[in-house]
Amino acid sequence: MTAVPAPIGLLAELTHRCPLQCPYCSNPIALEPPRAELSTTQWLDVLDQAAGLGICQVHLSGGEPTVRRDLEQLVASAARLGLYSNLITSGFGVKRERLAALASAGLDHVQISIQDATARSGDRIAGASGAHARKVELAGFAQELGLALTINAPVHRQNIDHLEDIIEFALALGARRLEVANVQYYGWALKNRATLLPTRDQVASSVIVVEQARERFKGVLNIDYVAPDYYASRPKACMGGWGRGVINVTPSGKALPCHAAETIPSLSFENVTLRPLREIWTNSQSFNAFRGTGWMREPCRTCELREVDWGGCRCQAMAITGDAANTDPMCAKSPRHGEIALTVAAAVDKPPPDLVPRRPLAGRGRS
Amino acid sequence: MASRSDGRPRSRLVLAAVSRPALARGARLRFDDTRRCWIMLAPEKVLTPSASAVAVLRLCDGRVTIAGIAGILAEEFDAPQGAILVDILPVLQDLADKGYITA
Repeated sequence: MTAVPAPIGLLAELTHRCPLQCPYCSNPIALEPPRAELSTTQWLDVLDQAAGLGICQVHLSGGEPTVRRDLEQLVASAARLGLYSNLITSGFGVKRERLAALASAGLDHVQISIQDATARSGDRIAGASGAHARKVELAGFAQELGLALTINAPVHRQNIDHLEDIIEFALALGARRLEVANVQYYGWALKNRATLLPTRDQVASSVIVVEQARERFKGVLNIDYVAPDYYASRPKACMGGWGRGVINVTPSGKALPCHAAETIPSLSFENVTLRPLREIWTNSQSFNAFRGTGWMREPCRTCELREVDWGGCRCQAMAITGDAANTDPMCAKSPRHGEIALTVAAAVDKPPPDLVPRRPLAGRGRS
Repeated sequence: MASRSDGRPRSRLVLAAVSRPALARGARLRFDDTRRCWIMLAPEKVLTPSASAVAVLRLCDGRVTIAGIAGILAEEFDAPQGAILVDILPVLQDLADKGYITA
C-alpha cells in the first residue's frame, strides 16, 4: 500500500457516562465503565500525538463529555496544539460558568443535540425529564458567550414530521448550523428500528422541508441533511472511507476506525496507551482491514463508484449480511438489497412498538 | 424572519465594498505543517482554500474594508483594484453565507 494520508479528525469519546437514554444511542451496547476511562495525562498524550500525526479537529464526545472534570484542560491543550475543538454535548448539567471556562480555554465550537422541538416530546425521546429545558438554557449561554453553535437533531419516525418546528427551534436557539441527521441503525438504534424507521412519505416530505428552509434561511442557518440510507439506492461513504480521515478513541483508549467497528468480530483493536497513535493509524490490522479498495469483492471491486462511497458501511454489511467485507446492502447492486425494502415495509406497515430506552451504565451519576 | 432568543431579528449578512470582514467565531485559518498548505477550520469542516482565497482571508482582520483588501492585492499582483473587488466579493459573500465570515 502507498503512504497512508494523515487523518483529519479525532473523535474522542471521553466517557460513556450519559444522563440521557436516547433509544438510538450510537455508543456500543456494552458500555465502558468509568473506572476504565483514560486519565487526564493519557488524554493529553493522545491529543499531543494526534496533532503530531496531522489531525486538525478534535471532537470531544461521549456519552456526555462534560461529566469529565478535566475537560477544560483537554480543551486548553487542544488550543495550544492548534487543534480545532468541538464539544458534542447533550447540554445536560452544564452551567454557564462551565461553558465560560471552556470558552476561555479556547473551545472553538459547541454542538448541542436536541430530540424534538417541544419539551414534552424531546424529554420523552431522551428518556430524561427536564433535558429539553437544559438544552435551551445551554444554547442561550453559548449565544451570550459568542460561541459558534450547531444544533444536531437526530430524526426518525417519531419526530420527522416536526421538522419545520425543529428548524425554527434551532434558529430560536441561535444556531448558525443545523444537522438534520436521520438515525443510523446500529447498536441500540437497530433494536428500535421498527419504531424509528420513517416512512417513505415522511422522508420525501422532510427533503422538501429542508430544501425550502435552506432557501428561506440562506446566510442565516446552514442545514446539513443526513439522508436515511434505508431509502437509498447507493450507500453512504461511511466515515468518508475506512481509515481515510478519522480515528475514534473510546473512553478506555481503544483506537477504532469507526465508532461501531467493535461489532466486527474479525478485527482486533489496539489501545493508545500501548502503541503510538501513528503506528495504529498506519500499520494496525483494524485500520488496514478495509482501507482503500484492495479488500473489496464484487460488485464493489469493479464498481465505478468504489472510490466515491468506498463500498458503504462495513458495520452495516456485518449487521445485515453477517460479513463485513460484503457490499453494504443499502446499495442497489448488493444481492441482499431486496431485504432492505422488505425490512422497511414490515416496519412501517404496523403501528410502532414502544421505544426501548438506552440502558445506562450501572451505577451512573458518579459525576 | 428568523428571530433570536433575545427577540431581535437575525438576517443574512450582505457584504459590500465598505464592509470590514473578519473570520467569524468558529472559523480559523492556519498553515498546516503536515500537509504544507493553508487550511480553514470550521464546524465539521476542514477546507483547503486556493492560494488566492488565502491571500484574501489573511487580510480579513475586521479593520480593512473589502475595497481596501482589493487595493492591497491590486498592488501586490499588479492588477486593477476594481477587477479584484469584483472577484473577491462573491467569494467572501459565500463564506459569510456559510457563517465563516462576519463584518
